[in-house]
Amino acid sequence: MTSVAPVPRLIEQFERGLDAPICLTWELTYACNLACVHCLSSSGKRDPRELSTAECMAIIDELERMQVFYVNIGGGEPTVRPDFWELVDYATAHHVGVKFSTNGVRITPEVATRLAASDYVDVQISLDGATAEVNDAVRGAGSFAMAVRALENLAAAGFEDAKISVVVTRHNIDQLDEFKSLADRYGATLRITRLRPSGRGADVWDELHPTADQQVQLYNWLVAKGERVLTGDSFFHLSGLGAPGALAGLNMCGAGRVVCLIDPVGDVYACPFAIHDRFLAGNVLSDGGFDNVWKNAPLFTELREPQSAGACGSCGHYDSCRGGCMAAKFFTGLPLDGPDPECVQGYGVPALAADRDKPRPSGDHSRGKPVMLTLSARPPAKPCNESPI
Amino acid sequence: MPALAVGEQAGAGSAFDPALGWRLHPQVAVRPEPFGALLYHFGTRKLSFLKNRTILAVVESLSEHADVRSALRAAGVEGPQEPSYLHALGVLADSNMLIQKDSQ
Repeated sequence: MTSVAPVPRLIEQFERGLDAPICLTWELTYACNLACVHCLSSSGKRDPRELSTAECMAIIDELERMQVFYVNIGGGEPTVRPDFWELVDYATAHHVGVKFSTNGVRITPEVATRLAASDYVDVQISLDGATAEVNDAVRGAGSFAMAVRALENLAAAGFEDAKISVVVTRHNIDQLDEFKSLADRYGATLRITRLRPSGRGADVWDELHPTADQQVQLYNWLVAKGERVLTGDSFFHLSGLGAPGALAGLNMCGAGRVVCLIDPVGDVYACPFAIHDRFLAGNVLSDGGFDNVWKNAPLFTELREPQSAGACGSCGHYDSCRGGCMAAKFFTGLPLDGPDPECVQGYGVPALAADRDKPRPSGDHSRGKPVMLTLSARPPAKPCNESPI
Repeated sequence: MPALAVGEQAGAGSAFDPALGWRLHPQVAVRPEPFGALLYHFGTRKLSFLKNRTILAVVESLSEHADVRSALRAAGVEGPQEPSYLHALGVLADSNMLIQKDSQ
């Protein structure tokens, strides 16, 4: 045999796309019992064109053939679909593992016991505050208690290693240690992800996204304490703050290359944060199935070609952050070949201050306009920060 | 030396001895890709990457060989190439993707 060929960096391989996604998000329904102010999919009402049970099973068959190892199921609130557990069982029986995100509404002691019996199902409970006050301001009254009850039920049933999924905001960023303790209390793993200006998030992003100082605070926390914390590689826009590789994970945008999203009506989008006509690759029902959309959609072909660094080309950090998040730029009205709105070098600030047109949403399933409760002040990180006694 | 396999440590990590026989963990699925392959462990829910087709061939044929070195020889891996392949297999053993043949 001849010598081993030089091994290209994985990231370069991934940017050219894979035969099947590594990570596939599937929003099963737009119906939701909550109305979180930052919902990526503007969920609330069920879409009458929602895929039937048989159509969902056909997608699972195709995922099995493509060897998609697992799907991240979300919504909406996926567990409100009457066939939800049937679909979970069907997927795991067909070698497609399931990780589903829920606000906890249906995680009763009985359901928790059932979940604990399966090796192939992972549960992710959404929580956006380590206290009811901070969480419920964003996710609605009673949602903190509901999530904690779900965690208690899972722990009591012996379900190991549930995930607590937190979107990092200006108001909860001082609670990272508390989230970690909460996860430890329930034998769970903390997962934190970036707030995106997608869906209804576009309306609240200006008020909720972490400040520049908080981005540094988050980066330092991740480097110091992030070893056992999952991030979905979502903070790659921060990687310019330190040495290359200091943040764990693949620091790249995987949209249409290693990830994508299937929505409740079978539309395929480049990523979970890009539910908009601009990033619509096709539909599993009308475009010859998911495999065909993944492999041949013109949008995905375009995303797998080398991308222009544009205005970021002269920045020394481009190799680390690669211009940041496409969806964050798009939904804040910034050019896709320029800096991320939360660019750690500060280039996002003048870009946001300049004239820009935020895109109109292409779909809205909200039941009405959710209202963010106003927090009196930034909550104190510890009670003693407020009272010196 | 470029790494031929990338994976996260599962914690339990066993000492990797290439004089013994090894095989893929029964809960691991292998998906060939143009660059090599993706490995997914349904038990630990971890992904690993094999970065060329030779290491993939080695991993897939491990169970047919009495020990690791004979699997390497059968795949044409010899001499100066051997350390990087042994390292890659050690990474996979650490993440519980590979287990000793006589276990389980």
